[in-house]
Amino acid sequence: MAESIPATHEESHGDSHGGHHEESWVIKYLWSTDHKIIAMQYLFTGMFMALIGGFFAYTFRMQLAFPGESIPGWGMLTPPDYNALVTNHGTIMIFWVAMPVLIAAFGNFLIPLMIGCDDMVFPKLNRLSFQIFFLSTVVLLASFLVPGGAFGGAWTAYPPLSAQSAYSLTPWGAPLWVLAVALEFVAFLMGGINFVTTTMNSRAPGMKMHDIPMIIWMIVIASIIFMLSVGPLVAGAVMLLFDQLLGTGFYDPARGGDPVLWQHLFWFFGHPEVYVVLLPAMGIVVEIITTFSRKKFFAYKATLYTTFAAGIISFTVWAHHQFIAGIDPRMAHIFTVTTLLISVPIALITFCSIATLYGGSIRFTTPMLWALAFIFEFLLGGVTGIYLGAAGSDIYFHDSYFVLAHFHYTFFPIGIIATFAAVTYWFPKMFGRHLNETLGKIHFWGTVIPFNVIFIPLFVLGLAGQHRRIYAYTLFPDLAKAEFQDLRVLATVALLVLLVFQVVFLYNFFVSCFKGRKAEDNPFEANSLEWTAASPPPHGNWPELPTVYRGPYEYSVPGREKDYWPQNEPS
Amino acid sequence: MRPVATTRSASGMPTGRLAIWWVISSEIVIFGGLLGAYIMHRLAHDAWSEQAAHTNTWIGAFNTLVLLTSSLTAVLGHKAADEGNGAKAAKMLYCTMAGGATFAVIKAIEWTIEIQAGYTITSNTFWSFYYTAAGLHALHVIAGVVIMGIVAAAAKKNQELHRVELIGLYWHFVDVVWIFLFPLLYIAK
Amino acid sequence: MIEPYVAALSTYAKDIDDVIMLITLLVGFWFLLAQGALLGFCWVYRKRDGQKAQYITGEEKSQMRWVSIPLVLIVCCDIYIALADGPVWAKVKEDLPPAERKVRVIAQQWAWTFVDAGPDGQLDTADDITTMTDLHVEVGKLYHFELQSLDVIHGFSVPVFRLKQDIIPGRTIIGWFEATGTGTYDIQCTEICGIGHGLMPGRIIIETAEQHASWLAEHSELSVASNTLPQAAQE
Repeated sequence: MAESIPATHEESHGDSHGGHHEESWVIKYLWSTDHKIIAMQYLFTGMFMALIGGFFAYTFRMQLAFPGESIPGWGMLTPPDYNALVTNHGTIMIFWVAMPVLIAAFGNFLIPLMIGCDDMVFPKLNRLSFQIFFLSTVVLLASFLVPGGAFGGAWTAYPPLSAQSAYSLTPWGAPLWVLAVALEFVAFLMGGINFVTTTMNSRAPGMKMHDIPMIIWMIVIASIIFMLSVGPLVAGAVMLLFDQLLGTGFYDPARGGDPVLWQHLFWFFGHPEVYVVLLPAMGIVVEIITTFSRKKFFAYKATLYTTFAAGIISFTVWAHHQFIAGIDPRMAHIFTVTTLLISVPIALITFCSIATLYGGSIRFTTPMLWALAFIFEFLLGGVTGIYLGAAGSDIYFHDSYFVLAHFHYTFFPIGIIATFAAVTYWFPKMFGRHLNETLGKIHFWGTVIPFNVIFIPLFVLGLAGQHRRIYAYTLFPDLAKAEFQDLRVLATVALLVLLVFQVVFLYNFFVSCFKGRKAEDNPFEANSLEWTAASPPPHGNWPELPTVYRGPYEYSVPGREKDYWPQNEPS
Repeated sequence: MRPVATTRSASGMPTGRLAIWWVISSEIVIFGGLLGAYIMHRLAHDAWSEQAAHTNTWIGAFNTLVLLTSSLTAVLGHKAADEGNGAKAAKMLYCTMAGGATFAVIKAIEWTIEIQAGYTITSNTFWSFYYTAAGLHALHVIAGVVIMGIVAAAAKKNQELHRVELIGLYWHFVDVVWIFLFPLLYIAK
Repeated sequence: MIEPYVAALSTYAKDIDDVIMLITLLVGFWFLLAQGALLGFCWVYRKRDGQKAQYITGEEKSQMRWVSIPLVLIVCCDIYIALADGPVWAKVKEDLPPAERKVRVIAQQWAWTFVDAGPDGQLDTADDITTMTDLHVEVGKLYHFELQSLDVIHGFSVPVFRLKQDIIPGRTIIGWFEATGTGTYDIQCTEICGIGHGLMPGRIIIETAEQHASWLAEHSELSVASNTLPQAAQE
């Protein structure tokens, strides 16, 4: 250990924390550099944004089920409202819910705790990262209050629609949207650098490459994918902002620009982004199923290396979003092959997760139910992707509700199911108290069943050729048929049920925070290091930092009395 | 009290250097995206070479020389810092900053001439790329000079000498970006 | 899978439906197998008295086989899908059989304009027939369409043909279709194009030879008259 290397830009003036404990509330909770507090800031901001994104879903699903009716809580929904709500629902759920919760909140909370150190390597950069993220949140929400309203050109923001206010009719909303997304990227670049360097450099003594828990690997790989894919879109966003504000013509064909350029820059980031949020979700599932089936994870090394492979392949598939968008049709064959290929590593990770259950002793706790539901639902999301990756069938399905149902079957398991899995699993560690299991299970079934009832009908509507982002289908005689309208109503009603059941979660969460049963340090008898810290861990995490002797998944080792073997226990 | 996390080095590389390399790799893809887009457009529009003819290669070449020289002093600063000579390292960094500032001033004069001649960011998409790419690069130069000032002030007091190397790495990166920009924007006519 | 909901009325609609069916069969098999394993393991290995979990690393070859053999088979399925899919894509998007009729499709915020080449079969002549919203085509004739946009990106989609193509401003994108049945169906804009995106429905009216001839006759006189007026020829 090179203890003497002064390692950061940040620390030389940074003696303000740790030494004394009479900090004011603001210093402790809003200006903290403690990774756990920053994780909470991300978690609560993400939860708040999830409520907003869910409310948006409620408004436009109501409009689709009951076109032209006044919507309780919103009123009459106009076409510009509809577009703005759909656009920002997508933007919020991906950039302000899935990313901050899965990567930033759990990355911040888990990385130091699971690799056995007391904080991130750049604590102040970490704080700055959240502050910029918070600013981006404010900018995005502010775009609903400006003249012309929020941006309504879809979360993909294809120019020229997004580039010129004469087309989008949102002179303020569009630049604010771009600005918010750009700020968010900056925040996550800072966070990503922190996650990667912390994991590379600050592991506990004895923790070798293959002793790192899968969730940490997944967050690190996701951060690397993010850092290496977002750059072109940052450049693209600057160009889009210049088109909007200065009147340049980067995306204007009349002036030598090219609208399809944006699509390349966007999807070069956009498809890896799927893996940026998918991988941490899969990592969460690995941690939970090993703990609750008392099993070693099946084929850790193979999974790890295929994950790297998936990360690399993910940079070569982007144009499958653009098969029919005017690219050279001969290119479609190449991207069909790469897209079908990426199903292989993802299938391997899924199979290894399922194989882990074999020969286990499975306890169906609430987090375990969520983790199993993730695999169950994600399988359907995964296989429906094949229809869209194959260029020929994509001709029919492109921009239909089939696409919409497909990616909700991937993003809902990622952003909602895996998040609930993680929150219910690590809740005792985060808050030192247990959630109520009965309420947890009610909430689980009340979420997963309606989820399927929402999106299976939307698959059917996709087969029927229903296209996306349409304010009302009454103008399309083939789609306005009564049986299709019934499906739309069914999906909307199921959404209402799903949203109502979230009240159970919020009640359980906030009541358990203060009144839940006290949690011991290692309530689930798990191996990884975070369970050896106190619940909740104090500032600095451990009085004395742990040393690691083995991998994180040594459950049910033959010849041992206990069926778990913590990483820090000397042999 | 500094967190223990900041003092560990499990990979064998100091954390700061590791982080700088990650910063540089994410910057490479930003400029990569922008320049890739520019090259694709340039290949599709032969007419842009007419526009490019109005850029001043001599000013560009002089600025290249200035930046290269400033990178040299950054290297010398790093060497001095390695030897523990903070005062000399700071002096070298001040030279580098002077180079960066000269670059920015020349850039400003150059742009003033061009804008007065009617070549603004909106007059043609070539000029849009020209101002966007060079402008993004100039922002990096200015940011580098500011950060370097902070590092040099500490180095003068023999504090945080390892940062001299880090800012040097960043400065070389900024330099290399210009090495790509100069032929693409000035020489290709 | 598609036909119960949407009729298949172009010469390539069946090909696309077949690819979709093939994918359904192949991925359906793996989907059911994986779900079966997941649910089966959950049931068999639930926590019971006296049952201790086994210690399986999954690193040994004999164990990896349970995952690696399915993966090899999945790769085979992927290759098979790609091989079946490629020719269909090529037929719809790369091949361009000789045209018997021509039509120009002009999209704008938020309306469709269709220009039929008229009796002489050539676009940009005096007998072109311009219609809004309704596209009249003749069954059994091979049409070339030219897609143009006046403002933003739109998408030209005719579900009964299984045809979809984005329309990029500044470009003319050419493609083809040949209808195999008659009727009136939706034309959709499948790329969000602003606040009126949901309010730009189009209709395709596929007519028999006689119907189409009479429609042509009725409109070409009118349009020759109006097109020969100065200036009206543009737009």
